[in-house]
Amino acid sequence: MTRSDQWKFYLTVVFVLASLWTLWPTFQFYSLPPQERQAVLQARPSQATSETERLKLEKYAKLREKAIKLGLDLQGGMYLLLEVDTSKLGPAEAKNAVEQARQIINNRIDQFGVAEPSIQRQGENRILIQLPGLLDQERAKALIGQTALLEFKLVKTEEESKALYDRVDAYFARRLHGGAAPDSAAPDSVRHPFTSKLLTSSHSEGIVLSENVPIVDNMIRSLNADSTFLSDAQFAWDAHDTDVQGRTARGLYVVGKEALMKGSEVASAQMRLDLDATRPGAPGVSFNLTSRGGALFGDITGANVGRRLAIVLDGRIQSAPNIQEKIPRGQGSITGTFTEEEAQNLSIVLRSGALPAPVNVIEERTIGPSLGQDSIERGIHAGAVGALLVVLFMLIYYRMSGVVAVVALVLNILGLLACMAGFHATLTLPGIAGIVLTIGMAVDTNVLIFERIREELRNKRTVLAAIETGYARAYRTIIDAHVTTLLSSFALMWFGTGPIRGFAITLSIGLIINLITAVGISKMIFDAWSVRRKLTSISI
Amino acid sequence: MFQILHGVNVDWMKRRHLAFFFSGACVLIAIVSLVLHGGPRYGVDFTGGSLIEIQVTPPVHADEVRRAVDQAGYRGAEIQELSRPGQFLIRVEPRGGKASPGPLIAQALTSQKVGEHVDVLRVESVGPRVGNELRGAAIKAIFFALGFILIYVGIRYDFRYSLGAVVALFHDVFITLGALSLANKEITLTVVAALLTIAGYSINDTIVVFDRIRERSKTLRREAPARVMNIAINETLSRTIITSFTVFLTVVALYTLGGEVIHDFAFAMLVGVVFGTYSSVYVASGLALEVQLWLERAGQGRGKK
Repeated sequence: MTRSDQWKFYLTVVFVLASLWTLWPTFQFYSLPPQERQAVLQARPSQATSETERLKLEKYAKLREKAIKLGLDLQGGMYLLLEVDTSKLGPAEAKNAVEQARQIINNRIDQFGVAEPSIQRQGENRILIQLPGLLDQERAKALIGQTALLEFKLVKTEEESKALYDRVDAYFARRLHGGAAPDSAAPDSVRHPFTSKLLTSSHSEGIVLSENVPIVDNMIRSLNADSTFLSDAQFAWDAHDTDVQGRTARGLYVVGKEALMKGSEVASAQMRLDLDATRPGAPGVSFNLTSRGGALFGDITGANVGRRLAIVLDGRIQSAPNIQEKIPRGQGSITGTFTEEEAQNLSIVLRSGALPAPVNVIEERTIGPSLGQDSIERGIHAGAVGALLVVLFMLIYYRMSGVVAVVALVLNILGLLACMAGFHATLTLPGIAGIVLTIGMAVDTNVLIFERIREELRNKRTVLAAIETGYARAYRTIIDAHVTTLLSSFALMWFGTGPIRGFAITLSIGLIINLITAVGISKMIFDAWSVRRKLTSISI
Repeated sequence: MFQILHGVNVDWMKRRHLAFFFSGACVLIAIVSLVLHGGPRYGVDFTGGSLIEIQVTPPVHADEVRRAVDQAGYRGAEIQELSRPGQFLIRVEPRGGKASPGPLIAQALTSQKVGEHVDVLRVESVGPRVGNELRGAAIKAIFFALGFILIYVGIRYDFRYSLGAVVALFHDVFITLGALSLANKEITLTVVAALLTIAGYSINDTIVVFDRIRERSKTLRREAPARVMNIAINETLSRTIITSFTVFLTVVALYTLGGEVIHDFAFAMLVGVVFGTYSSVYVASGLALEVQLWLERAGQGRGKK
């Protein structure tokens, strides 16, 4: 071996050892039994209760970080692209709103307990959320998307409400009659277009049958659009349906426009099952206010004894209890017809605060875990069969030289996986396709070289000369081929999204490594082989 | 040495007009299919809308699923039965601002007792605006990828060759697009990735042949261009066939065993690899020869004056 050959050899050994070392955690992780693997994914050292547990969890967290992760398409999970609707905010508020929303959503997901969530800002007003693994997807979506604006508003008195209803009736009666008031002989539905849709005579809490809810809701919308009409009061629906003589109906309240206090004063919130004395075991949420909020709450309740205080969440009335007396301690509760999960969600969103603006899901990709499992099995199966077929072909067609090509191929894949582990990249199904195509390119490189060597041998060159010229002449073509494929992968990386980028990244890394393994390392093996044995013929 | 295709001596260039005719016919079929289908069939990635894959156990008839989906308020949804019994793909048009229809449809199926258990395997919901953006991104990616390749080929080879390479490239991608249209497959993000990979492979194959033509035209200066090209193609033929064959093997494995998600990607690759191999021999070299002959004729014409 010449001196430079020795160097190449040592470099190769270092390359192989470094790759194996980088891949060791991945190997460790995937050879764990499924339950322990789940534990590794869930591990959060900050939540450890003892020193030994903390050490164990830290080890888990480190293992998790170093192992190649599977994409959502392979392990199941959820991909959500949210858009923060900043249209109703001022420019200064809008600027902060997206970052605030991201932090709040981060907080909520953290409390929900998802392993390895990824929450990133994207562009001006978007948030990209990736939640891998098994989870209740509908619940997660409800948790993320809820604005959770909690407000405390005073319910208007009966007289105030009646006055408002009269004005609303007159307003719609005129509108329906082309500006003139209908005469007193007209039927009730004409004289009172609004109140005739209500079931009860109580004005502060009206009841509307389910089938009339959309009609009344439309009327309220047109009132809201008329900025002069509802200056200090507003209509608000009950969050839950009620049952009126066997028919479903919904409550409609008249409340003050201004909130007396907001959810930002909530310090903590818990789901409780013992809040409603009449319905033991019914889930609800109790909350504690900050000291400032507590004082404010005391003032509000003290000044309004005998009136009703509505607890409004995202514009819907959760409950509207009577204020019996001044409540000095900052404590309250929300009850209603919640399921336990809904109450749990509510406590989480109250704790983590309201989103500064509503968010909309504009792109969603959900892969159920069973499909994920199916994809990975099929993907790996297909990849393995494809690779095996290629290996078999190379061995049969090129014999000993085929062995060299296969060694180069194995080193290529080893290096590619090690790079993915090193860069904390995620393996996706398109990524597997990228690996398979890398195999194709790697084989092509060796085919180019071997066919060239065969030609040179046919031209009666010696083995050594044939190898030298074969590599030298094939090299230019190989570089051209790699550069063009790399160029198109770079374009995919820059402009592509999600799945396309995963494909392009694996393909690019694979191609670059291929230049080292299929050209450099295979040449080194050939050199060592032919020089050492002083070969006069070669198995190719 | 175990060899295939050694010492072949085919006069490829003599039959180039036949190849031009064949390519023209393929392109024409692709155009007709695209026109009849009203352009490429874009998937939800690009049009917006939702794709829901469900598993109903025990398996039911597609009509039952359709009825339930209609009831859920998604009239006109496309229902496709997948290869596994009880698996369906439901495609729903985009709806402004509405939440993903996955749970609604699953609920409708369960409440109407279609099967005993309904499992939502996959939901892809893309808002119309995001669809537009993704389409823009895909077009940009294709444009720049092809642009980069063309610039590179333009720098490395002279104009005669570049034209052949460019036409071969578009030929392969376009025919693959036509094949997707004929098979009524959707253009999704992954299919776009496949089209670009085909472009990469196609240019790769072409370059290998061109490299050899260039090398041979230096050593065989006196020979007619058509003969030089034939020699170069014949010499690289075994490499072309072997490489295409190995890529073909892996793509066939992906196509038959890779499962639903990668199926269309593999289909596009399959078509692309076959046409890419053919076009590097015939379309690219054939055109390069035409350009060369045309230049020579023009040169002679000028010389005689």
